[in-house]
Amino acid sequence: MTRTAPQPATRPVSKAATSAARTRWLQDNGVYVAVAVLLLFNALFTSNFLTLGNFTTQLVQAAPVLIVALGMALVIGTEGVDLSVGAVMALAAAVIPLYLGAGPLMAITMALVVGVLAGAFNGFLVARVGIQPIVATLALLVGGRGLALVIADGQLVQLRDPSFLELGAGNVAGIPISVLIAGALALVIAAVTNRTTFGRQLVAIGGNRKAATLAGLPVTRVLIGVYAICGVLAAVAGVIATSRLAASDPADMGLLMELSAITAVVVGGTPLTGGKVRVLGTVFGVVLMQLVRATLIKHNLPDSIAQMIQAAIIVAAVYVARERR
Amino acid sequence: MPTDPVIEVAGVTKTFAGVRALSDVDFTLQRGEVHALVGENGAGKSTLIKVLTGIHTPDAGSITRNGHISTIYQEVNLVPLMSVSANLFLGREPRTRFGLIDRARRDADAAELLRGYGITADVSAPLGTLAVGEQQMVALARAVEANADVVIMDEPTSSLEPREVETLLGVVRKLHEQGIAIIYVSHRMDELYRICDTVTVLRDGVNVHSGPLDELPRIELVSLMLGRSVKEIESHGTTAFGEDHHADAQPVLEARDLTSKPRINGVNVSIRPGEVVGLAGLLGSGRTETAKAIIGAFPISGGTVLVGGKPVAHSVKASMRAGISMLAEDRKTEGIIPNLSVRENIVLAALPRLSRFGVTSRSKQDRIVDTFVKRLRIKVSSPEQKVAELSGGNQQKVLLARWLCTEPKILLLDEPTRGIDVGAKAEVQALIDELAREGLAVLLISSELDELLDGADRLIVLRDGSVAGELEGDRLTREHVLEAIAAEVKDDADRTTAGHAAGQQSGH
Repeated sequence: MTRTAPQPATRPVSKAATSAARTRWLQDNGVYVAVAVLLLFNALFTSNFLTLGNFTTQLVQAAPVLIVALGMALVIGTEGVDLSVGAVMALAAAVIPLYLGAGPLMAITMALVVGVLAGAFNGFLVARVGIQPIVATLALLVGGRGLALVIADGQLVQLRDPSFLELGAGNVAGIPISVLIAGALALVIAAVTNRTTFGRQLVAIGGNRKAATLAGLPVTRVLIGVYAICGVLAAVAGVIATSRLAASDPADMGLLMELSAITAVVVGGTPLTGGKVRVLGTVFGVVLMQLVRATLIKHNLPDSIAQMIQAAIIVAAVYVARERR
Repeated sequence: MPTDPVIEVAGVTKTFAGVRALSDVDFTLQRGEVHALVGENGAGKSTLIKVLTGIHTPDAGSITRNGHISTIYQEVNLVPLMSVSANLFLGREPRTRFGLIDRARRDADAAELLRGYGITADVSAPLGTLAVGEQQMVALARAVEANADVVIMDEPTSSLEPREVETLLGVVRKLHEQGIAIIYVSHRMDELYRICDTVTVLRDGVNVHSGPLDELPRIELVSLMLGRSVKEIESHGTTAFGEDHHADAQPVLEARDLTSKPRINGVNVSIRPGEVVGLAGLLGSGRTETAKAIIGAFPISGGTVLVGGKPVAHSVKASMRAGISMLAEDRKTEGIIPNLSVRENIVLAALPRLSRFGVTSRSKQDRIVDTFVKRLRIKVSSPEQKVAELSGGNQQKVLLARWLCTEPKILLLDEPTRGIDVGAKAEVQALIDELAREGLAVLLISSELDELLDGADRLIVLRDGSVAGELEGDRLTREHVLEAIAAEVKDDADRTTAGHAAGQQSGH
């Protein structure tokens, strides 16, 4: 056995530092670059892409996903996840025809109330009972859609109320109402995240729950609030999607939406480890996934290929995010 | 004494992120000896064990192993859902002719083997259904069965009942007779002196003493663990604390009879405004638990906390509203929020006060952050820098700022100067002094006796979760503290039998 001399303290600092800086830049801006590249590609190689009609179509399709993803981003920021968003959309859809007789406002209000209650229930299980988020929300993923089908008696119901259908089909100054709602909600969530005590507290809880508790933060209240917001946003998405469909379809409404939303959030640079919420990144994450699908469809590639490419993007996003401290 | 070393460590140094965990450590373990390894938190015990077992590679130095090492950690690292016998023979199962696991023989062998350790539990039951002490015994039996020459036991008795401790010590003695060498990590003086032959004391990553244990008086051992030797002359000015503070008559904080068995047992603490009260004691004596119980972060079964004579509900929120703040011991896991900025970390606890209708005011935040960054001389490139990028000392200052901007009346400081560089240490000590002069009531926990003696106006000494003495004025000396910590508990035997009786009563 020999005594090895202590290693000299010099390290290839510059090389490691530039590599770390590059990784961080990619973590922060990767999603924007990807969207720009895809837009450029389509502008050059896809016919009829740079038209107002096409853009509107893409945005209308992306609006419900974005609304759900905003709530998901908040939940993921607390180091949680909400698998029940699709089921909550179905619940909202199922409730609408029950109250549409009392006017669209009543129907929408009841759908949103159901969303808040479902979310608060999730939050209660997570924050109070102490069940892991993935398990707690799995319960509602399974049970929520079942309940929705019971409420709707397993039926698809055609909706004919013209003012309710306006929500999904109407425009204001040429911009679809659903897109306006999604945009406004993105602004609200961004403000909540960055400018309110609630937003800062939720990020702190996700970053270090033990420290947040010792700092006297209202951990339980904030967590229940976050899941309730996620629930109500899922209900909003359910209402808009139902209106566009002109039918309440609890069997299919929001199927696999939880996966689309989680994908958009992760691709947008919000780490699953919590402690950080990127609202603009989430918006671009939704746009990116929508663009990928649209691009492949326009080039006549089947949806199955699109799914595989989406999978590759997710892996890439997680790979970039991996080198976090 | 014949030398037949199973492990020889020479000049081992190990550095983590610039911090020296071990520095030029020599350590020799003789075949068949029971070797006590002691030292305060952060002294380097765990690192040494990990170097011995090969988990860490030392930066410098050599390790010679002449035998098979097995480690028994405090948390038993077996598979709780598998049966006792499966755990015992994991990876070495007896086989049938067809190469399948011979369950019948395995269970029979396991039952036979465990009887030797005084365990008669059903070996086909999942390990997790056994008591912690029994699980530890299974782990021990497994180590011996695997032909270990060395068994490392890291705080094996910390979660055991007195009766289980007796059984464990009995087994240790038996292993000793079989010629197995044991490294025994514990802070319980009584246990150490009962079963250990030799002792190695680590302090700040340095081996400060190795030798036969029975030649080392208890008080000397404690002194070695906590700092300079008793014989050394106490020189003033090693810490940055000033003179004693003038304290008002009425205590602002009174904690009465705090109890949470087995960690704390009827602890009383009272602090007057402008007074620094020190909590002394060894690791595991209940210092942190007492502070956490005061602020409501540690569940208690009895006791009350009064602020200004009024009882406070047992919750962090209520305590903070009443004016108590606590700097937690573990900066990383209980203090900083790593991916938030310095500013956000500082204002975290005070955020509701800096907001209107839940909307945060950036200008108010910037003003208060600016004040504290200047006052505590926090070295940052900008308040927007991520707190994870700062040095330990500056992170500690950020946390101090977090609690100070809640404008507390009582500040509980758990090891405020641990793991920070000398300069920052002096600054933090001077700050504590200054805060007390301004009328803050401070509870100071430290493993460094000098820090307590210089910094505190009064010292409460804890031992095994109870107050072992309260010292102030002329009695506030190193000798008195060491005496209180090291004193042999007269009624120790009584307590053991009492615990025994209680254990039987609970119908185990």
